[in-house]
Amino acid sequence: MGLMEKIFALLEPAHWGVHPDDKKRPAADAPVRRLPLPERLYVPLQQHIGAAARPIVLTGQKVKKGELIAEAQGATSAAIHAPTSGKVVAVGDVTAPHPSGLPVAAITIEADGEEAWIDAAPAQDPFSLSPEEIAKQVAAAGIVGLGGATFPSALKLGLAKKAKIHTLIINGGECEPYLSCDDRLMRDASPEIVAGIRLMLIATGAQRALVGIEDNKPEAIAAMREAVRPRREIEVKPVPARYPMGSEKHLFSTLMGQEVPADGRTTDLGALVHNVGTAHAVYQALGKGRPLVERLVTVNGGAVAFPGNLLVPIGALVEDVLAFAGLKETPARLVMGGPMMGSLLPHARVPIIKGSSGILALTAQEAGIAPAGPCIRCSSCVRACPIGLLPLEMAARIAAGALSAAVDYGLKDCIACGCCAYVCPSRIPLVQYFNHAKGELAAQARAQLRNEAAKRLAAARAERLEREAKEKAEAAARRKAERMAQKAAEAAAAAAKQAEEVA
Amino acid sequence: MSAGLATTVPLASPHAHAGSSVSWVMAKVMLALTPATLYGFWLYGWPAVHLWWITIAAALLGEAFCLRLMRRPLRPALFDGSAALTGWLLALSLPPWAPAWLGVLGGLFATIVAKQLFGGLGQNLFNPAMVARVALLVSFPVAMTQWIAPVPLGSAGAPDFAEGLRITLAGAPSLDAIASASLLGHAKTELSRGVDLLQANLPALSFVGERAGSLGETSALLLLLGGIALILMRIITWHIPAAMLVGLALPALIAHALDPARHLSAATHLLSGAAMLGAFFIATDYVTSPNTRLGQLIFGLGCGLLTWLIRSYGGYPEGVAFAVLLMNAATPAIDRLIRPRIYGRDLKGRPLEIPEA
Amino acid sequence: MIAAILSLTLLGLVLGFGLGFAARKFHVETDAKVAEIEALMPGSNCGQCGFPGCAGAAAAIADGSAPPTICPPGGKALVEAIAKLLGLSVDTSALADEGPKIAVVQEEICIGCCRCLKECPTDAIIGAAKQIHSVLREACTGCAKCVARCPTEALRMEPVPVTLQHWVWPKPERGAPAWA
Repeated sequence: MGLMEKIFALLEPAHWGVHPDDKKRPAADAPVRRLPLPERLYVPLQQHIGAAARPIVLTGQKVKKGELIAEAQGATSAAIHAPTSGKVVAVGDVTAPHPSGLPVAAITIEADGEEAWIDAAPAQDPFSLSPEEIAKQVAAAGIVGLGGATFPSALKLGLAKKAKIHTLIINGGECEPYLSCDDRLMRDASPEIVAGIRLMLIATGAQRALVGIEDNKPEAIAAMREAVRPRREIEVKPVPARYPMGSEKHLFSTLMGQEVPADGRTTDLGALVHNVGTAHAVYQALGKGRPLVERLVTVNGGAVAFPGNLLVPIGALVEDVLAFAGLKETPARLVMGGPMMGSLLPHARVPIIKGSSGILALTAQEAGIAPAGPCIRCSSCVRACPIGLLPLEMAARIAAGALSAAVDYGLKDCIACGCCAYVCPSRIPLVQYFNHAKGELAAQARAQLRNEAAKRLAAARAERLEREAKEKAEAAARRKAERMAQKAAEAAAAAAKQAEEVA
Repeated sequence: MSAGLATTVPLASPHAHAGSSVSWVMAKVMLALTPATLYGFWLYGWPAVHLWWITIAAALLGEAFCLRLMRRPLRPALFDGSAALTGWLLALSLPPWAPAWLGVLGGLFATIVAKQLFGGLGQNLFNPAMVARVALLVSFPVAMTQWIAPVPLGSAGAPDFAEGLRITLAGAPSLDAIASASLLGHAKTELSRGVDLLQANLPALSFVGERAGSLGETSALLLLLGGIALILMRIITWHIPAAMLVGLALPALIAHALDPARHLSAATHLLSGAAMLGAFFIATDYVTSPNTRLGQLIFGLGCGLLTWLIRSYGGYPEGVAFAVLLMNAATPAIDRLIRPRIYGRDLKGRPLEIPEA
Repeated sequence: MIAAILSLTLLGLVLGFGLGFAARKFHVETDAKVAEIEALMPGSNCGQCGFPGCAGAAAAIADGSAPPTICPPGGKALVEAIAKLLGLSVDTSALADEGPKIAVVQEEICIGCCRCLKECPTDAIIGAAKQIHSVLREACTGCAKCVARCPTEALRMEPVPVTLQHWVWPKPERGAPAWA
């Protein structure tokens, strides 16, 4: 550590992030309710990072609850199962739970109301399985990271096994305000979460697991402590409540005292981070033979009449969820996920997917809707940024169209956590500037690849045309030669005949 | 109920806000300035009150004129409080019985030339109030150095409301009678006459602020309290004020120890002139100061050091305004050179090394 | 007076020589520019610009004999990229550009004549005689040569559909007081 680093360490204490009003209660304290089964479920084929799943059912086909209806395709993908029993009535587009409001392909199932499960796999002791078999079953159950990133979990387990990690970090941070589905899960299902953690320890070969829980969830900490008591390899670690504590890198740094290198991952430092919900889903799949077909969803926000946590089948519409929880007023904003990083929904007729941690119906006052003003360079955003970026400088450059200058300021390190925009007194939509620039840069990279591909194709065509021309010429030459030879032969024959006649 | 909701324009997260706003920030700064300002009103009477509101009105007028010229909406810019604060700060730095035209000229100059010509709020390179103060000082050196001895409201000889208005608008006939010198001005004059500071009959130091000086600069105590309030309200951080006061006090301490005949003491430097106002309210201006903590420390130290240099060796007795403007000019360079360390990277922006497994 | 004249003259001469020297010393070879422009171009050599292939067009743009707006498949994005590279200011507002387009076969009209196949510079159309042809979305560069060739007008240029994977967040609209 050089002198400059020391000066900086003194000057820039670890005061990253913000302390938003968490607004988790009373929703977190309300008992979990089950959403009444909607008539139709709309199950998108793309609920995860990677390639969309490939449907393997036909319209009109009857399916059982938990039956595989779309299989993973490609290296990074996830299987999708029927969230209830009934009939497949359509395979087609529905509006994606995405701010763009673009369509996503989905399988529509008309529920028969029986909730008949497929025959679960014969029960056996899941803790005796090999790591590879655990990963295989996790993949078969369609489990993805339930913290919101929705990366296929089996892949992560496999990569961690290869990287020879020593520590499994279980993320119970839930730093987003309003959300309490992880909190509720830890309070109600801690033994199952611990069983899931034990399976993940086997799958990754890690020696120990640390469960990081923000200290604003004392009940969850107590429940988890109770559940891990007999297991010496699992430890519950309360962490300070501060946003974005649930960011993989920040939870890792808080628990391990190390930083994740900018071009590395936590697995490079011997640790793998998984969400508590994922651990729970892993046990559901391996211990009970239940694939991922439902999840806990927090319904919260000033416009909700009865906030709380609901057990919702994948594919239920946000509309169904809101109808059940009740609305006091028309919300100014409808958000899927937390208020800091969640997506604004185009309308309520979008399905719940595996990564939907919450549905927030926010009033205008809660959402902080106000017109943007000029930047006054107050540097609130600089102090709030958990990564150490200069959001005001990056946004000014993006506004001026200088994307590469924004990259020089560290745009690619931005995790879009929203701390900067949350504190900005001028209400500048900083995150949108960064999202726009990241998307634009990705589009440029795609266009570049496309250009190169077009050039290769054009070159291949030119080569083909040349080859064809050459082949044609050769064929013509051959035919000509043949004709000449034939003529010569005929002439020779004629001459011979003539000679014969003469003779 | 929810089916009717439809958002056409995609808006990015976050869908929550801490609740701060520009006008709220400006209001808090004004609140912190209020004790020192009220004290100035009491100390110098009605002419100071009139000068204060006239200067603020002129600053607002200048802002409105530019906005109208550019066909921008008046309300958001006028009501964010930034122009009023600029006028307020300028008024506090003027001689309390200065004629109205000085305040009007300064207020207009601050918002029109120093702010809107640069592109408006957030775009100006230099602190508008200090640009105006310096412009007035070099243009009207006599009017800008007409200090008066305190005549507290209610005391004998203090002008009433109407007389105060006459003094501000028409110039004071009785000004000579109560004219006084500021401490720094007096020291400079004595030194230039060849009288050393040990012999010079310097006015007494006052922590509370009962002395001749600018309208709102005399009370170090109240300005310090206001500044601490700003830090506690998280409007500013301690870095710039602390660094500026250290940058001013440290060289003064050393020089005074070495040659007390030619150099004023550190306490004199800290408690006189615009040191306190400058450290807490002028140098901390968001727009014209650096973004990072280390940058702010460098900026503050530079402001303090330059102030001491100008006071000690420059042609003017007071140097806060010049020092702040000079460091304002250095701010873009400081911001370019000093950037926070990014998570997972070293100071130069290279990724941290991935340890071998 | 004389000194002033002399010193200014000297200054002028020195600066003039300096600029001349710099212009020669740091002269940018046009070949490098041509290669850079060519790298930006679609590369399908479709010939709509009237030049023999993208390399020819790039050379013409580099030496100024052709405007940077001559490439229809490149669209507005290309014009802006070239203008930035050459330091030109081009008014792109007049360019009617609805974003990138690709060719699409209207299956009910296609007669399977195979003429478009021969025209396509990137072999992006597949099909056989008397079979309905189809355009490979990923290979089509949007040069529209096939559209002109089709005897039944079965080929149409359509905007590239926006998908969830390709959607880009719009740049925020600036609030009432502009800031930059």
